[in-house]
Amino acid sequence: MISTADPVSAAPETTSTERHLLSVADLGRSGIAEVLDVAEAFAEVERRSMPKVPTLRGRVVATLFFEESTRTRLSFETAAKRLSADVLSLAVGTSSVKKGESLRDTIETVEAMGIDALIVRHRSSGACHQVARWARRAHVVNAGDGWHEHPSQALLDCFTLRQVWAERAGVPPASMGIDCFDGKRILIVGDIRHSRVARSQVLAYDALGASVSIAGPGSLLPPSLAGWPVTVEPDLDDALTRVDVVSLLRIQAERGSGAFVPSLREYTEHWGLTSRRASRLAPGAVVTHPGPMLRGVEVAGEVADLPSMLATRQVTNGVAVRMAILFLLLGAPGTDPRAARPVPEGVRVAVGSDRG
Amino acid sequence: MGADGGRRADVAITDGVVTAVAERLDVDPGTKILDAGGCVVSPGLVDLHAHLRQPGGEEAETVESAARAAALGGYTAIVAMPNTDPPIDSAAVVHEVLSLGRGAMADVAVAGAITVGRAGDQLAPMAEMADAGVRIFTDDGAGVQDGGLMRRALDYAGGLRARGQKVVLAQHCEDTLLAAGGVMHEGEWSSRLGLPGIPSAAEEAMVARDIALVRQTGVPVHFLHLSTAGAVELVRRAKSEGLAVTAEVAPHHLVLTDQAVAGYDPSYRVNPPLRTFADVLAVRAGVADGTIDAVATDHAPHSPEVKDVPFDMAPPGMLGLETALAVTLTALTRHRGSGSAPGGGEMPDAPGRLGGTGIVLDAGEGAVLDVGAVLALLTARPASIAGLGDCHGGPLVVGAVANICVVDPTATWTVDPTGLASLSRNTPYAGWTLTGRVRHTVLRGEPVVLDSEAQR
Repeated sequence: MISTADPVSAAPETTSTERHLLSVADLGRSGIAEVLDVAEAFAEVERRSMPKVPTLRGRVVATLFFEESTRTRLSFETAAKRLSADVLSLAVGTSSVKKGESLRDTIETVEAMGIDALIVRHRSSGACHQVARWARRAHVVNAGDGWHEHPSQALLDCFTLRQVWAERAGVPPASMGIDCFDGKRILIVGDIRHSRVARSQVLAYDALGASVSIAGPGSLLPPSLAGWPVTVEPDLDDALTRVDVVSLLRIQAERGSGAFVPSLREYTEHWGLTSRRASRLAPGAVVTHPGPMLRGVEVAGEVADLPSMLATRQVTNGVAVRMAILFLLLGAPGTDPRAARPVPEGVRVAVGSDRG
Repeated sequence: MGADGGRRADVAITDGVVTAVAERLDVDPGTKILDAGGCVVSPGLVDLHAHLRQPGGEEAETVESAARAAALGGYTAIVAMPNTDPPIDSAAVVHEVLSLGRGAMADVAVAGAITVGRAGDQLAPMAEMADAGVRIFTDDGAGVQDGGLMRRALDYAGGLRARGQKVVLAQHCEDTLLAAGGVMHEGEWSSRLGLPGIPSAAEEAMVARDIALVRQTGVPVHFLHLSTAGAVELVRRAKSEGLAVTAEVAPHHLVLTDQAVAGYDPSYRVNPPLRTFADVLAVRAGVADGTIDAVATDHAPHSPEVKDVPFDMAPPGMLGLETALAVTLTALTRHRGSGSAPGGGEMPDAPGRLGGTGIVLDAGEGAVLDVGAVLALLTARPASIAGLGDCHGGPLVVGAVANICVVDPTATWTVDPTGLASLSRNTPYAGWTLTGRVRHTVLRGEPVVLDSEAQR
């Protein structure tokens, strides 16, 4: 892309098999592998003194967050800026949404300004599917829809895990390919029922060949697990001894999940990763958490500070992974993204050229 | 053709009344002749369950537009549900809706609310509404949650029945605490899609409660739009016990499953929600064995502005009047022209990948009925439940009021939302090819629909 295509005049064509990223299922195993590999290249960019490439110069990315967020929004905006895209940020609280403008009209208005990508978070499951139906040309990225999915979170979790395993093996992460997930045992703990992170993780980990299990209070498991490639671990203490990865989920009090357990204290006692419970983990097991973390509820403070807790590293990696997502959707028109290299030799790092 | 079977005959109508039925009638010159070649001449259809939206929701539908849609769908009578704004919970509003229905293209009967404002707190003036002609009472849109209040309503209705007003209470069976804000059927698909679910138990708990109340009081209950296998089985047992219960099913619960929601298209949001394939088969079996008395549309127009939003923010409801007969015939009868529905095109997201579309269109997935049996579900039986049997539902014999639907049971047509007479467009059947088409509708002797075209 980078050498021949003119990013200003190039039409925003589909570069991957899907025009949007609404679900991890849009990617499949090969698509996930592609995101992780491209993200590795961008992680290298991030380590430079001037961590910025001109890849998406002239493209406009809008973040439309109809629900609160700190890390996801900042992460997407940072990613877009490091790709030299212009970033618009709709502050819902001060926008026409407050005047009663419908979601559809808001989307069409924003898109009419020549937006190339809409990064959408909404409290309604499936809202991004609706946005994708309305969008005429923009690519839609699901940044979290209700209880449904949070694809970029699951992808950065995969990226982080591969990175850790590569470090231990003393090899570059990309050289591990995607097979490093084969047979890995991953346990997701907590409020599965209301968790968009869990739904995306299950799809991603399963696509990569990992063996996925879930644990949590019965009232916080999905009403049906038909079609879910998971097993339920009834005994958390026992399950912890047998896994490579523990994915902790936050108790989502704002979604009413507090009423699904008798008390947070009881939750912590039976389902929290306390120090006692963390000591049962197999050597080498790691813990992920999508944040924000409620210390003392789903994870004890001292466990949160252990080296095996990857939460901070997940946040760091989020930027590179989201750069990869934006690149694969918006970049390299007409080229095979599998062959494209985001930062090929000879590309000038656009020092001082960015005004966006 | 009537509920008692069919034969080949001409039907003569004079001054709004059937004056002759015979194999070959001589016609006077100047007589208007409606061609019914290849068709079934049926009593006009009767809908137990239509939301006309007037007063208060005229942007979505009016009595006039709903009656036009009804006539095009073969109906000569429709029962207006009371969840309007203001609700139909007094004789004054009953009279208003009845007067709006005068001169419409179908007879409009009115259902009154059981409780004031449909709020479930206090009995509505059922006697004054019964005096105004109401025979069905319901808080439809919601069930009467308070079992004690429902029991009092039944006792009160029993008193009206004792004085000759054959009223029936009709229940929208959904325990709101169990439904708990759900927006689709609780199960495999709600769990995958991350949408809050309405468990089958929310419907079945109230069906079971009301059956117990019928046993307690002896006053009949009609169950609206049953959707679950368990509810059908409860009604089957109640009927075998001899209890005074009747039940209806909506066409969409015969042909759509919760999997249709997989693309989050709000067209598929409806209450009760689309259930599972097993429920569809159970409901069809209930229709076949007589557990279900009637097919009723639950015609629920919504304007595009309120429906074209994220799935969980859209109001529940689907259009039904213009498609009910064809959907039911396509689903339940064997026919030469098979129905079809667009597959991945309408629902491009999960279903294509996961296989299936949530559409169960063909007969042969369980129960198969003949055309006459399907028509009985849409004519004689609902007319009887609604207390409209004097003028509607057949049989087409000399002296009967000439409310007639002429239907070609083998003609196929494709549903085009923009071509519907309803003011709204929220049909789940866009692009479906259905078998069975209304050719003519005759209302009290007046051909209001001729060759599938509205005449006024």
